[in-house]
Amino acid sequence: MERLILDIAHLLVSWLTGRGMAPVWADLLLLLLQWGTVLAIVTLNVLILIWLERKVSGFIQERLGPNRLGPFGVFQTIADTLKLLTKEDIIPTQTDRWIFKTAPMFFIIVAVMLYAVIPMGQDMAIVDLSAGLLFFISVGALSTICILMAGWGSNNKWSLLGAMRSVAQMISYEIPLAFSLLGVVMITGTLNLGEIVKAQDKVWFFVLQPLAFLTYFIAATAELNRGPFDMPEAEQELTAGAYTEYTGMRWALFFLAEYTNLVAVSALMATVFFGGWQGPLLPSWIWIIIKTYLIMLVFMWLKWTFPRIRMDHLMSFSWKVLIPISLINIVITGIGIKFIQGMGW
Amino acid sequence: MSLADGVFFLIAAFTLAAAAGVVLSSNIIHSALFLILTFLGVAGIYFTLDAPFLALVQVLVYAGAVAVLIIFAIMLVMSTPAHQSNRFQPNRVTLFLGTLLAGLLTATLVYIGLITQPALAPVGPSGADMIGILANLMLGRYVVAFEAAAVLLLLAVVGAIILARGVEEK
Repeated sequence: MERLILDIAHLLVSWLTGRGMAPVWADLLLLLLQWGTVLAIVTLNVLILIWLERKVSGFIQERLGPNRLGPFGVFQTIADTLKLLTKEDIIPTQTDRWIFKTAPMFFIIVAVMLYAVIPMGQDMAIVDLSAGLLFFISVGALSTICILMAGWGSNNKWSLLGAMRSVAQMISYEIPLAFSLLGVVMITGTLNLGEIVKAQDKVWFFVLQPLAFLTYFIAATAELNRGPFDMPEAEQELTAGAYTEYTGMRWALFFLAEYTNLVAVSALMATVFFGGWQGPLLPSWIWIIIKTYLIMLVFMWLKWTFPRIRMDHLMSFSWKVLIPISLINIVITGIGIKFIQGMGW
Repeated sequence: MSLADGVFFLIAAFTLAAAAGVVLSSNIIHSALFLILTFLGVAGIYFTLDAPFLALVQVLVYAGAVAVLIIFAIMLVMSTPAHQSNRFQPNRVTLFLGTLLAGLLTATLVYIGLITQPALAPVGPSGADMIGILANLMLGRYVVAFEAAAVLLLLAVVGAIILARGVEEK
């Protein structure tokens, strides 16, 4: 079971090269297949996630949530997807057409690219990059521009306001996000996500780095634009912010990308702070799924429990609380490492 | 031509096309967005040169932060309608100076390419060790320059905040 997926990949490559295909092309084909699998899992998973989000919000708000289509309403999101697919794609006349059209595409491309470095099981990262953690942070930073493109291209003041808020928020929260991960990097001495997972075979880093974990969790919620930090969308005041003018599948792409980001960030959190694919009995690729889903449930719990935070409070919280805390954490970690080295443990 | 060469030419063509887009588009916001694509193309070239750390810092700093700064600056100071904010206005003096500058730069680059050996520096071990080597150089041999740059940047940030907020009068 443990090696199942890796074995399938090896079998495929050896079968292709055995039939006279150059190894380079076989590897390229495997890469395409891996990306195809990621895309398929991401899109199908969103169906489950949206249903789960509705059910969780229903549970928290003491109502039933979707319950008409199928057992427990599981087919509701499929019906919604069909509705979105058949809706008219409206492009308002005063928009900046190219920016308006390409913004959702770039957003989903950036979101899917995050999966390149996440180890989805033992030795199961698509690209085993030496600077994997940095890749995740820097590619994640690009999604800011996509939201800015959507807000600007819509040529609508609410959209632009939402985009401006989103950019201000995401740029401010990127700093504690990166700083909180530094503590883990200092302990392991590597940016490779596979190595970080292997360093956690005795103790998970959320035990060693509780402050870093808390800052990362809060900053990640803000980076994902999820409640209680969903100022950029703020349905009640900005009428969904940057997404106001979007309809049909273009709007659905934004929705898809947001959930794709949510899964990616939760998987990274599981990888960096909760031992990644390590766990007893079950195969590694099942453990990472379990951990990712548990973290996503906590994200949903937070979103539906806390009210939205005011914009200026949001910004001062990042600059005056989270950044100092993450800096203090780096200092404490440095002293701790020196202390342990000095004691000769 | 090997596969690596093919990838290089593909990325180089992409970068040049994006750079041409920066110059040619008449909407300055489009120019800024093309500039982001150019930055990403340069990052791709760094990747093909086996310098992933440099490539990712390029993405994080230039495509992620500097580009947003540029777009914000444009949005704040833009006074003309967006669709004609970056028009090409030929003028003999600017045309002459621009051509001269571009010609000089091209000539310099070609000259350097001709007089130097193809391998400029020995390529070190690829992969994980590169970041360690970089860190040791920055915080060892070049620590004074590194820290001086850091202090300078901090001063600039503090100065910018003071300029933006103004001094509180008592």
